Amino acid sequence: MSVLRAEGLGFGYPRFPVGRAVDLTLQAGEIMCLLGPNGCGKTTLFKTLLGLIPRQAGRVLVDDRDILSLDRRHIARVMAYVPQAHSTVFPYAVGDMVLMGRTAHRGTFSSPTREDRDRAIAALAQLGIDELSERDYTQISGGQRQLVLIARALAQDAQLIVMDEPTASLDFGNQILVLNEVRKLAAAGLGVVLSTHNPDHAFTYATSVHLLGDGTTQAAGCPIEVLTPGVLSRVYGAPIAVERLPSGYHVCVPTGLSSVRER
Amino acid sequence: MAAGLLLLALLAITIGPYPVSVVQVLDALLEYAGGSAGETDAQLETVLFSVRIPRVLAALLVGAALAAAGTVYQGLFRNPLVSPDILGVSTGAGLGAAVGILMSMPVVVTQGFAFAGGLGTVALVYAVATAVRGHDPMLVLVLAGVVLGALAGACISLVKILADPYDQLPAITFWLLGSLAGTQPGDVWSVLPFVAIGLVPLVLLRWQMNLMTLGDEEATALGTDPRRLRVLLVAAATLMTASVVAISGVVGWVGLVMPHIARLVVGPNFDRLLPAAMIMGAGFLLIVDTIARTMATTETPLGILTAFVGAPVFLWLLATGRRSW
Repeated sequence: MSVLRAEGLGFGYPRFPVGRAVDLTLQAGEIMCLLGPNGCGKTTLFKTLLGLIPRQAGRVLVDDRDILSLDRRHIARVMAYVPQAHSTVFPYAVGDMVLMGRTAHRGTFSSPTREDRDRAIAALAQLGIDELSERDYTQISGGQRQLVLIARALAQDAQLIVMDEPTASLDFGNQILVLNEVRKLAAAGLGVVLSTHNPDHAFTYATSVHLLGDGTTQAAGCPIEVLTPGVLSRVYGAPIAVERLPSGYHVCVPTGLSSVRER
Repeated sequence: MAAGLLLLALLAITIGPYPVSVVQVLDALLEYAGGSAGETDAQLETVLFSVRIPRVLAALLVGAALAAAGTVYQGLFRNPLVSPDILGVSTGAGLGAAVGILMSMPVVVTQGFAFAGGLGTVALVYAVATAVRGHDPMLVLVLAGVVLGALAGACISLVKILADPYDQLPAITFWLLGSLAGTQPGDVWSVLPFVAIGLVPLVLLRWQMNLMTLGDEEATALGTDPRRLRVLLVAAATLMTASVVAISGVVGWVGLVMPHIARLVVGPNFDRLLPAAMIMGAGFLLIVDTIARTMATTETPLGILTAFVGAPVFLWLLATGRRSW
């Protein structure tokens, strides 16, 4: 059974189509990387998958049921969304921000319980940022905000987490922290789909990759098999080579530069 | 804070052209509660129960309701510069009252007109915004509010021109500036149920209200239904505003400034923000109204005083330069 499946999905806006004919399936325990150049519609695709904006064609199935037939609380208990790090208008405490992830587990008229608070603190501790819980969300750094939004998604206790460029505003250490955490979540049985601008992340962490370009799928499948230098160079419009390091990691490097070694 | 407010109310009752001591007030109240009459002298009783206490209660109610509505509106519109009038409640109520005065209606009918005018304007704004599709719904709502508010303002001007300049015009002007001078003993009780009904959804949805400030997409992803909640919350806040404005006239600034100050003190979590804003709003309007009735021999309109107090406070808030509110 797939947690999330898209069939022939068209996304965008009524008079402004962004993408078409996207098929993807995500199982529990999988990490899917969504790659694609700027403006190719990664965020729009995510919002369509989450049912936040209406789809233009095709279907989205959550737990094998059409997302349109499910109420928002149900969807939120299956899929959590980590938007790109942003600021809020009002200075909520970090703890309260994470606590908002518990909303789908409580009735419309109820407030979070002690149990919810414990879950929120545990989510912060999991990412090593529990000391931030009393700080104002508006006063912490962009990278910390990103971690807080991830903690909020963890507190949501969903089966699947959709992350929109979770590493974009993080330093190198925090990128590794977040991606290692993603891998642990997948090992624990969660599905994760995340977008990134760094194909190396797909090689290192993803079980599958989905490369978007010109409004539709350019490659999909096992990263090492489908992310060939030819495909990457074409989609990103720059000469790219894929190299295998002695440690076994695959990395993308630009080609055609005057050799670095000679300089 | 609530205890401080009670003390403030007690002090406000003692202040006025007919001097009363705190002890006398407490005596009279105890007697009133005990049901035995006659001990207190009649003049004191009239001053307390027909004039001061109704007026103090009205000030508390109006202040609390306007501050609560302002807190909700600011959260829903995700904008700390929003006041309860953003969707045209007060202007609509002003038009209703002006028409009532023009038609020489009794006070109660004029209040009813004001109430209906306020609710009707917001309902119209909401209907227009729902009919217009394909834009950011909040933006359309605000713009519809501005446009219809301006239209109602023009209608008020028209009514002013038609009004009798010696009798009706001053009444309209005074009403538009807000005042509790005409408070009748029954006013508070006729308005209280509406305020209470409006308050129920705000209390029940206090946690959801926090999510609403994150924007529709995030609130939806977290498992709420922002569109439906927004209708309910706007209706509740509008009901509260329209009902108190019907007895006080247009009182600006309370709904704009009080939520800010409350937020500075207790933070933005609606759970604590709502009661804090209501207590502060009630206290603020009580102080301002006490000044309004004692500062000069004639009544000073509330709208003028709240602006004189509110504008500097607001500018100070802007200048202290906290990027987040």
